[in-house]
Amino acid sequence: MVRAMEKYIRPGVGVTPFCPGCGHGILMHSILRAVDESKLDMKKMLFVSGIGCAAWIPSPQFDGDTLHTLHGRALAFATGAKLYNPGLCVMVVSGDGDLSSIGGNHLIHAARRNIDLKVICANNMIYGMTGGQAASTTPKGSKTSTTAGGNPYRPFDLCRLVEAAGATYVARYSVTQPVALAQSIQKSLHHVGFSFIEVLSPCPTQYGRRNRLGRPEDMIQDLIRRCILEEEAKGLTERERAEGIITGEFLS
Amino acid sequence: MPSKWIKTPFPKGSHYLSGNEAAAEGAIAAGCRFYAGYPITPSSEIMERMASRLTEVGGVFIQMEDEIASISAVIGASWAGAKAMTATSGPGFSLMQESIGYAAFTETPCVIIDVQRAGPCTGQATKVGSGDIMQAKWGSHGDYQVIALSPWSVQEMHDVTLQAFNLSERYRIPTLVMAEEAIGHLRENVSIRSKVEVWSRKKKKGAPPFGTGEEDGVAPMPAFGEGERLLVTGSTHDALGFRKTDDPTAHATLVNRINEKILKNRDGIIETEAYFLEDAEVAIVSFGFTARTSLYVVHLLRKEGMKAGMLRLKTLWPFSQEAIQRLGKGVKKVLVPEMNLGQVAGEVTKYCSCDVIPLGQTDGEIIQPEKILEMMRRIQ
Repeated sequence: MVRAMEKYIRPGVGVTPFCPGCGHGILMHSILRAVDESKLDMKKMLFVSGIGCAAWIPSPQFDGDTLHTLHGRALAFATGAKLYNPGLCVMVVSGDGDLSSIGGNHLIHAARRNIDLKVICANNMIYGMTGGQAASTTPKGSKTSTTAGGNPYRPFDLCRLVEAAGATYVARYSVTQPVALAQSIQKSLHHVGFSFIEVLSPCPTQYGRRNRLGRPEDMIQDLIRRCILEEEAKGLTERERAEGIITGEFLS
Repeated sequence: MPSKWIKTPFPKGSHYLSGNEAAAEGAIAAGCRFYAGYPITPSSEIMERMASRLTEVGGVFIQMEDEIASISAVIGASWAGAKAMTATSGPGFSLMQESIGYAAFTETPCVIIDVQRAGPCTGQATKVGSGDIMQAKWGSHGDYQVIALSPWSVQEMHDVTLQAFNLSERYRIPTLVMAEEAIGHLRENVSIRSKVEVWSRKKKKGAPPFGTGEEDGVAPMPAFGEGERLLVTGSTHDALGFRKTDDPTAHATLVNRINEKILKNRDGIIETEAYFLEDAEVAIVSFGFTARTSLYVVHLLRKEGMKAGMLRLKTLWPFSQEAIQRLGKGVKKVLVPEMNLGQVAGEVTKYCSCDVIPLGQTDGEIIQPEKILEMMRRIQ
């Protein structure tokens, strides 16, 4: 059972490129589980990614067609491929900086068009690959290599952003909720239209160690503590809501 | 080789078209079935015509959010199997450069038409220029090749665009049509033939998509969804597409190959046209709209008795160094008039053994014949 997803891994790929404690391995497994349970043919799947740690989830690991593009442009490349060959099931897997900062314009326009792309945004709240700089998703007050005194700005609420732009399936889960995450990805695979799943994934290497969460389990525990389901959040005060991370399906 | 004659989807005969409209028809005739673009003067008529024509021939048109998205969508569609194109002008061409590098490095066929306007920056959006010639070759970082063509008539906007697709498919390379506003907005009769020769990318099931096994250095190219489980990346990669980001040999091999496949085939790519060069003592090297004016001047000078000639560069990149070397041995002086401050003149100087006199002009206007005439009389 442990190696049940190995059939979806490209022959010749030995190890994952992720740091110890990175959440992207769990996300990778959740995607493959969703593909497996949906009984999709990998030969008809195209995985498009941008630049950054999360962009390495499908490329070269997944044994389908993969298009590893430029920083921020994954959605534009994916739009071209999907429009020309609508028979492809096109999933975009990339990070928060790639999709919402340098690629933010493509994100809102792809959502506006409601084009049939399954977007998985791995949000580690920081630029991991380049050494831990602040991102458009870094929480206010967090320390990064470019905000030593704490991030002075608010982060994006990506789910509300894409919902307002016109996405038709929107959800947020953490890798600490792997079952719900895999089910959500499975739903997005069957959804017709622009789907967006924000996946909180810990980065102890770049985020945790600067924010008193240096050990991998510290970040996992922090996510478990803060992630609350949308239903549970209803009775909370504004302050309690702000401290937590509200997860669940927001639009389906 | 994968070329065949196909019926053109536009009625044969003579049509009165603008250069931009003719370019769109050339693309459709070549088999272009995907267009992504963003409005920009003076190229927008290409996008408008593609929007309606692609609907008629069963292709896909999309207006993207910017030029970066446009060229990126074109590359995505090309890997999905499409002959794909975008068109733009200076500022948009600048934005596209990173993706053009991606297309060169991943050997993605695609066509970009740059209807050049007076730059730099926003410059004069409705006025003519020819200042993007060096950017066409060197606009993206690193060492790579493109093919860049220079049409001089509305007929050639049609024919050269068609040819751009053929070269792009044959060599798996981004191919640029370096048009100018004066040609894009000119109206002339265009002769449409009933059949045209069209090339399509090679296909070979199971062959490495970035391999070196082919004699011409161009690997077969499968499409997404064909079961080949493609691995396409803008990082340094091996023949199968696996990332090789810390292997010096892999990087050198790949960079050399994408350059060599064009440079070693350049005899089959480069086209020049010679006018009165057999006995010429003074020659004009010219391209694009300016070549029309230059040829007119050569005719006038011949009537005056001056042994003037012209070499027209139909291909700008790869550069016609052999033709320039031959020219330099046969004439005493070469004049290079162009609507920039000497971009092609600099390149001519590199290969020409005789005196090269640049005649640059950047006022947003075409170069008048009197100016070239006077300069030719002065230098003879």
